[in-house]
Amino acid sequence: MENRFKGNIKKENSSNSIIDNLLIGGIRIISFSVIIIFILILGKIFYEGIGVINWNFLTGIPKSDISKGGIGPAIFGTMAVSIIMLILAVPVGIFSAIYISEFAKDTFWLRLIRASVNSLAGVPSIVIGLFGFGFFVLFIGKSIDNILQTGMLFGQPAIIWASATLAVLVLPTIIVTTTEALNSIPLTFRQASLGLGASKWQTIRYIILPQARPGILTGVILALSRSIGETAPIMFLGCAFFLPNLPLAYLDLSFVQIPIINPADQFMHLAYHIFILATQSSNPTLTAPFQYGTTLVLVLITLLLNLTAIIFRFRFRKIIEVVNRNQ
Amino acid sequence: MKEVKIKIKNLSVYFNYIQALNDVSLEIFENKVTCLIGPSGCGKTSLLRSLNRMNDMIYGFRMKGEVLIDDIDIYDKDIDVVNLRRLVGMVFQQSNLFPKSIYDNLIFAPKILGVKDKSELEEIAEKVCTQTSIWDEVKDRLNESALNLSAGQQQRLCIARALTVNPDILLMDEPSSSLDPVSTSKIEDLLFDLKRNYTILIVTHNMQQAARVSDYTAYLYLGQLVEYDKTTKIFTNPANKQTEDFLTGRFG
Amino acid sequence: MTKKYHSFYAKKRTFKSTLVEKAVKYFFFLNGMISVLFLVLIFLFLFREAFSAISNIGINEFFKNVEWYPTSEDSRYSIIPLILGTLLTAIPATIISSFLGIILGIYLSEIASGRTREIIKPFIEIFAGLPTVVIGFLILAVGSTFFQELFNAGTRLNALLAAFGLSIILIPTISSLTEDALRAVPNNLRMASYALGISKFAMIKNVVIPAAISGVSAGIILGFGRAIGETMIVLMASGNAAELTLNLLHSVRTITATIAGELGEVAIGSPHYYSLFFIGTFLLIITFIINLISELIIERMRKKLKKMN
Repeated sequence: MENRFKGNIKKENSSNSIIDNLLIGGIRIISFSVIIIFILILGKIFYEGIGVINWNFLTGIPKSDISKGGIGPAIFGTMAVSIIMLILAVPVGIFSAIYISEFAKDTFWLRLIRASVNSLAGVPSIVIGLFGFGFFVLFIGKSIDNILQTGMLFGQPAIIWASATLAVLVLPTIIVTTTEALNSIPLTFRQASLGLGASKWQTIRYIILPQARPGILTGVILALSRSIGETAPIMFLGCAFFLPNLPLAYLDLSFVQIPIINPADQFMHLAYHIFILATQSSNPTLTAPFQYGTTLVLVLITLLLNLTAIIFRFRFRKIIEVVNRNQ
Repeated sequence: MKEVKIKIKNLSVYFNYIQALNDVSLEIFENKVTCLIGPSGCGKTSLLRSLNRMNDMIYGFRMKGEVLIDDIDIYDKDIDVVNLRRLVGMVFQQSNLFPKSIYDNLIFAPKILGVKDKSELEEIAEKVCTQTSIWDEVKDRLNESALNLSAGQQQRLCIARALTVNPDILLMDEPSSSLDPVSTSKIEDLLFDLKRNYTILIVTHNMQQAARVSDYTAYLYLGQLVEYDKTTKIFTNPANKQTEDFLTGRFG
Repeated sequence: MTKKYHSFYAKKRTFKSTLVEKAVKYFFFLNGMISVLFLVLIFLFLFREAFSAISNIGINEFFKNVEWYPTSEDSRYSIIPLILGTLLTAIPATIISSFLGIILGIYLSEIASGRTREIIKPFIEIFAGLPTVVIGFLILAVGSTFFQELFNAGTRLNALLAAFGLSIILIPTISSLTEDALRAVPNNLRMASYALGISKFAMIKNVVIPAAISGVSAGIILGFGRAIGETMIVLMASGNAAELTLNLLHSVRTITATIAGELGEVAIGSPHYYSLFFIGTFLLIITFIINLISELIIERMRKKLKKMN
């Protein structure tokens, strides 16, 4: 019998390994090119922006000529909007997730809620902005003004409406991540707790929520990061291009005045500021450093938040893995 | 006249720092069924997978020693692993048919390897199915999804599929461990037919199966080859006390 | 002697405790319904304003003409150029990002070593979190001149430039969905193919991708949906001229950019104002359908994979 191995399995007798390596190599090269483009994009922002950032830039007030001054109010405004957004969205999001994961059986209501969350997540942010303008500002805001006789205080674009709109935008993110976190807690924990005679609420409060905390935190951070980067929906919800004064109101306690965020005020916002600097500048070369600096600040904030979220999620998965292994 | 098909010389296999095989040497004869037996984790599967270099894909794999098939070192630098695997076919423990039709499963490899002629493809499909005596069962449903077949039929189709690339050697990793007795006996019958054309290595947990189907048996323990001889000899009069203990079920 | 129980064992479930449990349940249920509420509100509100637009301007006006001049004296409200502009940015973006994203997904799932993947994946994920306004700015500041010279385009800002910008944000979406779909393919199919002496590339092409094709296509469709709905990049890079063109190197105006650019300056209650809600509603319906399709595909794939395992 002929020796089929001799003639067949040597590399020199086969072209397929060469072609295969070429094609696989092509995939590698294209993938690395994409990664390198991503790195170049980040690198460009860091390279151009890092020189601009200093204390004055971060805390200073913008001058009317937009190439000078600082971005303090924009940072403050971004934080103010985000904090109120979190206050509005986080409890509702977590409670919804608890309902989905702990209470709902596979009924009409659960399917309705799940489908709504998914659909809501797919609504373009500009449409949510449009809704926010029509619903929060013109409907809710105007109604409040009519009832409280406050003139045009709430019926105009303001921090509170921007925050509320962003809250609608990120609600699905919080619900989905929290539901995932809750679902990954092993069933045996629940059974153990219920078996000891704890009520459903006690089980959730003392067993499930503490276990799921890092997972829930991941969702909150992701939501925060997403809302900070969203520009389109807030463009017509009270974002201002130039506001040297911080949107503060003072709570007068006679002996001391406590500054609080004024929810009915307009605000500056980092993302919107970048948009304005990029499109409205009369002299792009002059404003470029300022612009890159602002961009770097926004990029750093979102990168740090996303990195934190990834680390939290990684830790959470590790914990769950250990728990599951010991079952 | 029996000829040596595979020569394994001082083969040691490591996965990271765990040694799976330790200095194994044995010769596999052409057109015979050779059985690898031993307790779980003894290195049977690692040995089997070194013969078509499926171990290469496992992270942390290293080996020492030589594996010669027809006197060619298959771990040599200039060996094309892909072509090697066409000559050393493999059947897995779990049937792993593609989520395609029966016919597409059968012509999958020939088609990729360049057989374009439709009648030639049909010929191959019929030939391998006849060889594995599954033709009567599948000939009327070639366009049905392969996953609709029963578990036993799926596994036999896997064997048929392995034959489509016309290998010399067939490696079987516990091919009937998840099957019912009837399907198992069908596969065992098959081995008798197939060994006329192929050199077959089979890993099994089932001692009766090893005794029934194989000409030679190798007993491995903790990565070492304890005993290797004709099956009749091993099962009736093992040279090694350890082998005897294992075969009589005293441990394992 | 009778056994002594702790006092709390003896307690029957009181009416009060059942009531509390019920109240707790309804509290969470109501929170869960807030998503439903807002989805309904979004649809109701947009539809209401869109109907005002139809009754004010007439549905024909939106599709009859081919011009969008809402502020001119003889105002025109044709959505046609906006749809065209949206497609002219979204389709090339989807093509570019599908090509690169699928290749990247294949690399991550099938080719990259474990360690490389552990570095690249979080990086892509972090990159995907970049605000779109940042990409818009960079495309405007760096990309525009570069691509204008490369393609010798008449205008600095055009559909193709916007498509490039969109691709950058779509690639992470498509690559991660592709990777998920490929990784869901059972490993024993890969082994079956290798054992038949099929090379790695042929294995990927003939086994893994066909098995994961529905997941991959769902990724492409979702990417297209995102491209249609994205605002900042097209607003900054497309040039915003509501031209009726099929030339990628011309300026175009998308639906999203029109809303973003005009809502701030529109008189509330004017036909122009309602017309923005009309095109917004149109966008909402389209993206809703697209998302529904991709979800159905993913659902079907899950069922198919269940059968395979």
